[in-house]
Amino acid sequence: MTEKKPNRVGVFICHCGTNIAGVIPIEELKAYAKTLPNVVHADNYTYMCSTPGQEKIRTAIKEQNLDAVVVAACSPRLHEPTFRKASAAGGLNMFIFEMANIREQSSWIHMKEPEKATQKAKDIIRMSVARASLLEPLDTKYIPVEKSIMVIGAGVAGIQASLEIADSGITTYLIEKEPSIGGNMSRLDKTFPTLDCSQCILTPKMVDVDRHPNIKTMTYCEVEKVDGYIGNFTVTVRKKARGVKEADCNGCGDCAAVCPVTKGNEFDLGLGPRKAIYVPFPQAVPLKYTVDFNSCIKCELCVKKCGDKNAIDLNMKDELVEIKVGTIVVAAGFDLYEIEKKEEWGYGRFDNVITGMQFERFINASGPTGGKLIRPSDGQKPHNVAFVLCAGSRDQDANPYCSRVCCMYSLKHAHQIMEKMPGVVPWLFYMDIRAFGKAYEEFYYRIQDEGAKFVRGRVSYIEEDPATKNLIVHAEDTLLGTPVTLEADVVVLASAIVPKATTELLRNKLTISRSPDKFLLEAHPKLNPFSTSTDGIFLAGCCQGPKDIPDTVAQAAGAAAAAQVPINQGKVALEPIAAKVSEELCAGCGICEAQCPYKAISMVSLADGKRRANVNDAMCKGCGTCGATCPGGAIKMQHFTTPQIVAQIDAFLLGGGQ
Amino acid sequence: MAEEYKPKILGIVCNWCSYAGADLAGTSRIQYPSDIRLIRLMCTGRVDPLLIVKAFIDGADGVIVSGCHFGDCHYIEGNFKAAKRMFYLKRVLKSLGFDDRRVRMTFVSASEGAKWAEVVKDMINTINELGPSPLHKEAISASSGSAGFGGADTDMAEIAKAGKMLEAAPVQKK
Repeated sequence: MTEKKPNRVGVFICHCGTNIAGVIPIEELKAYAKTLPNVVHADNYTYMCSTPGQEKIRTAIKEQNLDAVVVAACSPRLHEPTFRKASAAGGLNMFIFEMANIREQSSWIHMKEPEKATQKAKDIIRMSVARASLLEPLDTKYIPVEKSIMVIGAGVAGIQASLEIADSGITTYLIEKEPSIGGNMSRLDKTFPTLDCSQCILTPKMVDVDRHPNIKTMTYCEVEKVDGYIGNFTVTVRKKARGVKEADCNGCGDCAAVCPVTKGNEFDLGLGPRKAIYVPFPQAVPLKYTVDFNSCIKCELCVKKCGDKNAIDLNMKDELVEIKVGTIVVAAGFDLYEIEKKEEWGYGRFDNVITGMQFERFINASGPTGGKLIRPSDGQKPHNVAFVLCAGSRDQDANPYCSRVCCMYSLKHAHQIMEKMPGVVPWLFYMDIRAFGKAYEEFYYRIQDEGAKFVRGRVSYIEEDPATKNLIVHAEDTLLGTPVTLEADVVVLASAIVPKATTELLRNKLTISRSPDKFLLEAHPKLNPFSTSTDGIFLAGCCQGPKDIPDTVAQAAGAAAAAQVPINQGKVALEPIAAKVSEELCAGCGICEAQCPYKAISMVSLADGKRRANVNDAMCKGCGTCGATCPGGAIKMQHFTTPQIVAQIDAFLLGGGQ
Repeated sequence: MAEEYKPKILGIVCNWCSYAGADLAGTSRIQYPSDIRLIRLMCTGRVDPLLIVKAFIDGADGVIVSGCHFGDCHYIEGNFKAAKRMFYLKRVLKSLGFDDRRVRMTFVSASEGAKWAEVVKDMINTINELGPSPLHKEAISASSGSAGFGGADTDMAEIAKAGKMLEAAPVQKK
């Protein structure tokens, strides 16, 4: 079918220790590979990816005069770059290389059927050799990189990432949809296990962000649209109408004092009041007021009070701003699980059942009660407080995963109760106490010694005494094997961490993946926990999975470092797999133009008046959608050409080799 | 030769979701039947229906095309386009009397290793129910000649015609 000269293909088979060799007889594979068309050399090694393994490839290319290389080993998603470099080091074009994935796609999934695994591995190698024989040399393209980075979300993860990036001299756009930066950490009172005050350690960082010459903080802004690719993203940001001109507002608060509208403050989870013109909390950064247009009655008292400063504009409209950046760090944060879905615990029905986050606001000096834990039903001081751990976590009906922080913050809550309200006994209903971090287990012992009561067992249901509004907690003490009943004034549910509802929308705009638990998916769970499958987009913090503050900060710094790499390199390599139009074959029908998701194809008129499709290489990502629809076969998808794919199909189904 | 019938199933999968999902099934050591071979493309948008027709001509018993979930496509909407083409292809195959259950479009994300194993198992069950492809024998006899359309009898000619029809009327979006 093809006129291409027969290639001299070399096949290199990896044992991968016993990962492959333990299931598939390597010698048999090697003997088989030698019988395949075009194969002039076959070799094997324990670890092909090791230095001696790669050396085998390099020398064989020279000695055997190979012009195509097939490595039968693991997934190309893992080691294709490694072996491409090895064949390039041997003097070949790095794109005349093909990986036969006989580990993930054979030895690991058919461990108990070695014969079938062997047969499949032979087929996979045969298909790869067929493809390798038709591969063509390609030149890597380099494109310049925009020297700025966007960080989406300004919780502690986004703040840390922005500071790291900005300190290295790169312009950073920090986008936050709330009126202030700070995220969930700014809601917390103390942090485990050191009992640092959360605001005391976060506020300096927030102020640093505000003052940093390289950070452009954009609060009350949302990502509207993301175009482009690594090195050249264009992000459209919606600047929501704040009602207050940031440049003119000095944060004096006179406006809020006269505002007649009172609403529940979202920052306090509705426990405290705010006005229609407000700052969410006293340490807000930037300290600029915001008008909640949903509750504003446009009485204009605030406008009059503001007077000459003229900072309030009640007719302000949303604005769209386009920002060009090289890479993006996503730090979209988390929400708490809607614990009212677990009806047996009565959250939302019983006044005195609260969440851990509400507890934080009660116990926080800047919170709605000035730092006093009260019974929401009557404002009285509680005497018995019960904590329900794993509320919505490790639960097949809610979230199967462990939220990783609930044990520790509930221990901290227990400590705070005993410290602030002597005589009050915290009761912790737990499944296991997971104190995995540095100095965490020690903290657990400390709380035990301080007198907290621990009951190992899940709370089955909670009842309310209608007269006293006290709560009757029913559980089983699984260590004693007896049912227990406890009357508590307040029950605190340590509700699970879930991804923010808005993360799903953001994810679609960024075209990044998620895992089944709906958290954003990292490129590799162990070795690349802060990259995504989309080049140039990185993850930090709880949007990737539940984390405590130290882990969040560490990941944010990692993501920041990774996001800077392309910026510092100044250019990024693009896979040269763009579509190519054959001028003779193209009839100018324009079907491909409509198919291209990147508008990379345009119809041009040639000198002779004929219409032809033209591909803009820099815009083409090589998805191949145009190639699949061209009725004349005029579009060639480089590296995934039709003859290459057909060769694979034929090799699989029509056989070859002995 | 009384050899046990083993279905030949081709999977054409995208690099970003389904191939990664299949890799994850491997990394997680999920065991599933070995009757499928994969071709990795960047996007299911690259899947020309003629490639599937070609696989059937070569004697495949079933073809799975698998991409990202809608909204997750690495190339924005390649999976939509692939799904639409699969829909048309299935209609054409059906109209030719070829059981369209032999072609299946599935959506498996990079984190759904277990789902990938289920998809493959399910497809193999379907194919075992349907038995060998009606083109299977012809493909074997044709394989001695040149690969492709040689030795076509009525069925093959019809399938080839299906290919022509698709060429003449490609799926098109406004």
